Amino acid sequence: MQTTSIVVHNKVGLHARPAALFVQAAMAHQSKITVRNGEKSGNAKSIMGILALGVQQNDTITINADGPDEMDALTVLTRLVNDNFGESL
Amino acid sequence: MSEAILKGIAASDGIVIGPAFIYNRVPLDIPSRPAAPVLQELQRFQIACEQAGQELESLKISVLARSDPETAAIFDAHKMMVLDPMLLDAVQSRLEAGQIIEAAVQEASEELAAMLGAMQDELFAAREADMRDVGRRLLRILLGISDTSITQLDSPAIIVANDLTPSDTVSLQSEFTLGFCTAVGGLTSHVAILARTLGLPAVVGLGKKALDAISDGTMLVLDGTGGAVILDPSGVTLEQYEAARMKATVRLAAMQENSSKDAATANGRHVEVGSNIGDVDSAKEAVRFGAEGVGLLRTEFLYLQNTRPPTEEQQITAYKSVFDAMGNRPVIIRTLDIGGDKPPGYLKFDAELNPFLGWRAIRICLEDHPLFKTQLRAILRAAVGHRALIMFPMISSVEELRAAKTVLAEVRAELDVVGLDYAHDVPVGIMVETPAAAMLTDILALECDFFSLGTNDLTQYTLAVDRTNERVAKLFQPLHPAVLRLIKKTIDAAHQHGKWVGMCGELAGMQKAIPILLGLGLDEFSMAPRSIPEAKWLISKFTDTRARKIATQVLNQATSADIEEFMEEVLQETRG
Repeated sequence: MQTTSIVVHNKVGLHARPAALFVQAAMAHQSKITVRNGEKSGNAKSIMGILALGVQQNDTITINADGPDEMDALTVLTRLVNDNFGESL
Repeated sequence: MSEAILKGIAASDGIVIGPAFIYNRVPLDIPSRPAAPVLQELQRFQIACEQAGQELESLKISVLARSDPETAAIFDAHKMMVLDPMLLDAVQSRLEAGQIIEAAVQEASEELAAMLGAMQDELFAAREADMRDVGRRLLRILLGISDTSITQLDSPAIIVANDLTPSDTVSLQSEFTLGFCTAVGGLTSHVAILARTLGLPAVVGLGKKALDAISDGTMLVLDGTGGAVILDPSGVTLEQYEAARMKATVRLAAMQENSSKDAATANGRHVEVGSNIGDVDSAKEAVRFGAEGVGLLRTEFLYLQNTRPPTEEQQITAYKSVFDAMGNRPVIIRTLDIGGDKPPGYLKFDAELNPFLGWRAIRICLEDHPLFKTQLRAILRAAVGHRALIMFPMISSVEELRAAKTVLAEVRAELDVVGLDYAHDVPVGIMVETPAAAMLTDILALECDFFSLGTNDLTQYTLAVDRTNERVAKLFQPLHPAVLRLIKKTIDAAHQHGKWVGMCGELAGMQKAIPILLGLGLDEFSMAPRSIPEAKWLISKFTDTRARKIATQVLNQATSADIEEFMEEVLQETRG
């Protein structure tokens, strides 16, 4: 099991296109992946789960991956968030 | 009954008068039956999900053929919700507690919708309506009620509802639908967007009292321009609105009559006004509204409606039907323009951080020669006896144009070998939608026959704004001085090399832009069929001298707000 925390700098937070991209990237992995924002936590492979976290700009999220490709999953998702989903700030 | 006025938000232009039709969704009653084994109930859920996915896909395609990709993206989001593991979990736990699938789906989707609705941020909360819509779709399928049987109007009426989901709005549209009004919703609600796409008047946000005040058959005046609904209008009011409506109709009729003539400026210079279309129905509509040609035939829908790419024969049939509908008018056919934002299942896309800067359009075709060649062969073969032109999308370098032309030459040679008949003299052009193509027009002009400005993408790439991103959408300004300067540069460079320039982006049909584009020397305007009559009328009001003066003044403005304001004055002056 691997865990990492990361700040979401993206303006809309995890909503609309960024949320969809995040879920798609999670779905490309076999590991069980969960995301926590404060008290709430959700399944990273669920668009509803991600939306329900209500992640806004500058929130810190914790990503937890458990499975055969857990390292890769964390690397890919972290990079996605750090690159602001390919958008500029 | 005395007259009453309800104020709302003007969501889509136009005035209509007619009886109210109160839209209540077909009640979806949960049957009372004993629960089958969990696995059996779950299997029905999976079948329903598959069918929902197919319905949403075809809804998306039908909207895509008539409208913009962003509207169609609503149904993509719904598809993601259908497949959501949280929905599956919520359904499954209810089945395990002994519920039947219909009840489980209803409760589970309601729970998820309520969860979104309770969120503080408005952006997030707005997704509540989407989740409800998805839940109802699944339940409807489980109950064996067909998609089309929802509501059938049999006489003209104005639809009145508390709220309309995207699915409701699309299925409620018929020849009898005069317009929409809803108690809730804002300018950016789905119903407002779809009403504008469908060209139907709409007023939204009337408030809950609207539903108490209006009953089935109540006579209504729906003023989608002023944002009001008048109940039981008095004779005087009716006359007033009838006069306003007639005036608009007469103006439209005059424009339509004028529209059958070719477009020309006040001093008689002919410019071509064509249409952007996606299928044979929109081709017929284009002819009806006076299109002199097709400035953009989108071919994507052929590729998105199946689980495999269309065969050469399927494409030939589709292209021929459009060519036939257009008679001897020219048709510019754009080769495949898809990307990771709307990928077909049979093309393997890696996850892309930014599909608009990724593997798309000509970049795909230049790697997948079989796919590209099949389309080029179909175009050349279908074009025999017609005036077809080929246009490559998303060109950003001379190498890409050369590579595409090489493939085209190979296709011709292959057709020669097998001895199949094809059109030999099809002109080849490129879309100018990257700043790179605009900057290189003088060089590209040496190797292609024409240009067409795709202003939606050109604006997106020039201003670095993703307009599907709600937070920055307001920065998407097609009348931005930087965009206009690139357009001028393109037209000037092409003309210096004796090549013509068209435009198939939204800007070409935009009233405020038309005088500027005339002044910059644009040769062809291509737009939605419904925009043609007014565009031709507007073009006829300007001499080239006046248009050139306007263009010069506009290019000296500092901001798009200045340009908008200046053009608003020009239009007021012209309309008189």
